[in-house]
Amino acid sequence: MPNGAGSRLVSGHPPIAPASRPPLQWLALAAVLVLLALPAVLTSYAVTVFILIFFYAFLGQAWNVVGGYAGQLSVGHAAFVGVGGYTAAMLSSELHLTPWLGMLVGGALAAVLGAVIGYLGFRFGLRGFYFVLLTVAFAEVCRILVSNIDALGGAIGLYITFTGDPRQFQFQDSRVYYYVALALMLLATGVVALLERRRFGIYLGAIREDEGACEALGVDTFKYKMLAMIVSSFLTGVGGTFYAFYLFSLQPNSMFGIPLSVEIIIRPIVGGAGTLLGPILGSFILTPLGELSRLSLGHGGYHGLHLVAYGVLLVAVVLFLPQGAYPYLARVLRRRDA
Amino acid sequence: MTPLLEVAGLSKRFGGLVAVKDLALTVGGGEVVGLIGPNGAGKTTAFGLISGSLVPDAGEIVFRGHSIKGLPPHRVCALGMARTFQIMRPFPRLTVVRNVMIGGLGRHPHPAAAEARSRAIVDELGLGAKADHLAGSLTLAERKRLELARALATEPVLLLLDEVMSGLGERETETLVREIRAINARGIAILLIEHVMRAVMSLAQRIVVLDGGERIAEGRPATVANDPRVIEAYLGDERLV
Repeated sequence: MPNGAGSRLVSGHPPIAPASRPPLQWLALAAVLVLLALPAVLTSYAVTVFILIFFYAFLGQAWNVVGGYAGQLSVGHAAFVGVGGYTAAMLSSELHLTPWLGMLVGGALAAVLGAVIGYLGFRFGLRGFYFVLLTVAFAEVCRILVSNIDALGGAIGLYITFTGDPRQFQFQDSRVYYYVALALMLLATGVVALLERRRFGIYLGAIREDEGACEALGVDTFKYKMLAMIVSSFLTGVGGTFYAFYLFSLQPNSMFGIPLSVEIIIRPIVGGAGTLLGPILGSFILTPLGELSRLSLGHGGYHGLHLVAYGVLLVAVVLFLPQGAYPYLARVLRRRDA
Repeated sequence: MTPLLEVAGLSKRFGGLVAVKDLALTVGGGEVVGLIGPNGAGKTTAFGLISGSLVPDAGEIVFRGHSIKGLPPHRVCALGMARTFQIMRPFPRLTVVRNVMIGGLGRHPHPAAAEARSRAIVDELGLGAKADHLAGSLTLAERKRLELARALATEPVLLLLDEVMSGLGERETETLVREIRAINARGIAILLIEHVMRAVMSLAQRIVVLDGGERIAEGRPATVANDPRVIEAYLGDERLV
């Protein structure tokens, strides 16, 4: 596309002047190179923080497809993490299928669940709050179901024995998890960058604005919302495998719970929902903040205080940067270029 | 020759209110038909029923030989019918070209092709200078043009225009009338709802008058304007000159 740069970076905003295009691409390349080299100098705790940054950016990017671009506010994405994670864990323990393949099966099952939720929501025209409630309800039903199925470990959950075998998605060196998480984030971002430039992605941006007008212009909004939901839930389901095998444990409350769903959506919203770099920026802002406040406030009876810090930040973003941090940043950069 | 659009026995009620009752209407290929009537006559409801955004309670709608009754709007659009909205519905946070592309991508799935086509339409309708501006920043007159541009991008054979002139100044109205005539000259049939009588009278070859959901008159503009039933329906309405 002749003026693709603008739309690739900030969907729906005026194109960035051609002069600014090469520097931004070089900037992205430089950032990736830095991230590749970084583990050589990081402490093991810093590596952990970066793993979380990448992983939550990945989940945020997956959510971004349906929640950001298509504007269908799912607050039940934890369900896909749970389905993906439990699937890969069960396939690994019962059938000795390597999680590397199990993560694809988990993604596929999560996509099936996504299709069911999407069908119910979109066929019956549930919008706004009602779609939110539908997605939350599905995630909660999954959580309660899994909590009561003994074969899945019930409320206690499943534990994965550490073998350190890379074929079992287990690594002696935590820096490998760093690279896997980085790869997931870049992969999802690549997928979204590709979608953004195709008809599918362009339609999603319009569906977010006005579905009725889209229909009148020949856009099969049901089909494209379904596709967005399927892509999003598949990617999120793949993330479930990483979550389970990085933590060596799966608990219904942590893998299907509302807190995880909130963690998934809060980063792209703060960074800029419906923008390519929003989820990444949001994760780089929020994840270290969450860790920092957990460390400094989580001890000595202040457990949960970091959630208050989260809340304050969210309120600030909604008040001052209602479109998220990335669109603001892009405007500032553009102004500097001009 | 069978008409392009043939509507028969079309009815729609909302609760106790009959919005459209037993409406019959035809539009021939390349024809310009005006749909007029006082406020609340059921004109916009009729548009909704024909274009698929509302489901009729009864009646038949045949477009290019297909029964389109009950088809969703995107299917009707794909068959070659496009509509504009009386209350304009631009995608405010997309650029003007992007707005038009949403209409064009159905015919040209490749974004680059759709964009080239959309830019040509945007230029043609005099929005070239605003092509890369956000649609939310357009003036009322520009938004009217954008509605028209988006509908044209779907490459229709029949265009349903819902009050595209309302709220425009005299000169803007004249320009738009010229542009609509040019669109029609390319063979696109037009069904237009309009309150600006001078515009309808000069554009339409045939006029259908609705009142209380029913067709009360049909004919050539001059004949309809002198029809006592039409004058009665509009009595006290200063818009009918």
